[in-house]
Amino acid sequence: MTRILVIAKNTFRENVRDKVLYNLILFALIMIFTSLIIGQLSLGNEVKIILDLGLASISIFGMLIAIFLGIGLVYKELDKRTIYVLLAKPVRRHEFILGKYLGLLYTLLVNVAVMTVGLELALLYQGETAWSVFLNLLPAVFMIYLSLALVTALALLFSTFSTPALSALFTFFLWIIGHFGRDLLYFGELSKSVFVNWICAGIYYVIPNLSIFKIMGSRHIIQSLSFYRPMDPSVVAAAFFYCLLYCAVILSLSIAIFLRRDFK
Amino acid sequence: MPVIEIENLTKDFLVGFWKKRPVRALDNVSLQVEQGEIFGFLGPNGAGKSTTLKILMHLLHPTSGATRILGDPVDSVGMRRRIGFLPENPYFYDYLTPEELLTYIGRLFGIRQPVLSQKVRTLLETVGLADARSVQLRKFSKGMVQRIGIAQAIINDPEIVFLDEPMSGLDPLGRMEVRRIITALKAAGVTVFFSSHILPDVEALCDRVAILNKGKLQEVGVLEDILKVRIEGHEVILAGWSDETLKTIRRSCEEVRTMGDRLHVRIGSREQMEPVLKYVFEERLELISMNPIRPSLEEYFFQELKR
Ligand SMILES: Nc1ncnc2c1ncn2[C@@H]1O[C@H](COP(=O)(O)OP(=O)(O)OP(=O)(O)O)[C@@H](O)[C@H]1O
Ligand SMILES: [Mg+2]
Repeated sequence: MTRILVIAKNTFRENVRDKVLYNLILFALIMIFTSLIIGQLSLGNEVKIILDLGLASISIFGMLIAIFLGIGLVYKELDKRTIYVLLAKPVRRHEFILGKYLGLLYTLLVNVAVMTVGLELALLYQGETAWSVFLNLLPAVFMIYLSLALVTALALLFSTFSTPALSALFTFFLWIIGHFGRDLLYFGELSKSVFVNWICAGIYYVIPNLSIFKIMGSRHIIQSLSFYRPMDPSVVAAAFFYCLLYCAVILSLSIAIFLRRDFK
Repeated sequence: MPVIEIENLTKDFLVGFWKKRPVRALDNVSLQVEQGEIFGFLGPNGAGKSTTLKILMHLLHPTSGATRILGDPVDSVGMRRRIGFLPENPYFYDYLTPEELLTYIGRLFGIRQPVLSQKVRTLLETVGLADARSVQLRKFSKGMVQRIGIAQAIINDPEIVFLDEPMSGLDPLGRMEVRRIITALKAAGVTVFFSSHILPDVEALCDRVAILNKGKLQEVGVLEDILKVRIEGHEVILAGWSDETLKTIRRSCEEVRTMGDRLHVRIGSREQMEPVLKYVFEERLELISMNPIRPSLEEYFFQELKR
């Protein structure tokens, strides 16, 4: 366990010193503050616009960070052959994978926190002072964070057996269709053919169902924000357990692949 | 008791994009390394040295054969606490400093503070990187990276160290330092297993060597024994000679050279040796040295492996 944490800590430190990270965060913050200007243009709906654009920025830039760093996670160690040194130490291969994953989760946590503070500042600047708005933002951001944890696990899985470019493509593709998982299920049910129905249901259960986490700009958060009512905790809990289960499966798969690998 | 055991080790790599075909990198290699010796693992490029080391480090799965280190199978984590490894052309995290890297590695071994920082400091001294302790590794030269690689390999006071071409990329001074480190390790009872093609280093350091070529083990044994089989005569160096001496010796030996006030005589056979030595003692010439002429490892490589 301590070895996993040691690896995680080193991964975090490595990420923090990477310039890509700062560029992405900077872009996200610029996006959030741009939403202020756009908000001014839409009379009466400022808070909704800022929230929509702000949460979308956190989600998209978080996804980019997760994909870029997540794919580099294993690939860089293989490419630069640092893995030779590490695995010759008393480190089991699953400890390596888990350590890397946790390190990136921690990096993401810090990044999401920074972006969230940016968003809260934008709201404050807009004149929004109700505490409940600030507090209710947190479950929404937490849901985004869960979706990022899932994307990271996917990126990690691909990078254990594929090239970075392909891994990025696969992960991005899954991220996109993951948001339409439920639509696919409906589509299958509408179709007359039992076969198509089955295929769609099959895909629905295999691909990450990111729509579970998609509450940004959607009814949940806006309602809870505008009515100053906390969000339904069961939605968050369900998403949390879904994320936990999905990540566990994906990470187990990554470890299984990694265990069989030859490091040439 | 052997500390490294390799039995009938074979490794095939699958190459080719569509139709994979196996290429044999190691072919039925068996050898044992005893506790406390410096063991040289020699062979030309592509012989299979790194492949063997990677299998021993559990980075590659062998096609067949068995390997054990300190009596344990190579996937044992407990055993890996007791060994060190320097990969070929190592590379470390760009954004870490030597101090941070060694601290990181030390933590993986469960070494705690304040012992750890003390240890890191002495190690950096040992490998001559004390001045560069807080420079990021991406700014390091090849030789500096090699040095930090050696430091990380011995941070846990290992019982065996595996070094894949430890001298590569080092300047003459650096090579001398690495030689010194290796001898110091041996003095401390550590077994050293290293691959190399820098033959003078091997000749200076190794108790025993194995010579590998195209995946097959050619020889294992004491270097002297491998080379002595082919003794090609003796070289005698004399001082205090005169023109008279030169004339007399030339009668029995064909190869006589003068170098300053020294006379180098090459004696090809036993029959030539007796008259020359007799003359030397009778005339009370100064005998500086007398050495068997054996091929250097380089010559051996050329003769044996070219075939
Ligand atoms: N990943 C790989 N795929 C296919 N063949 C490989 C692979 N790695 C090594 N080989 C082959 O295995 C053989 C042994 O390679 P190895 O790297 O062990 O040689 P080496 O003795 O370390 O050489 P060098 O002195 O150049 O480091 C070579 O013929 C090489 O082509
Ligand atoms: Mg090699």
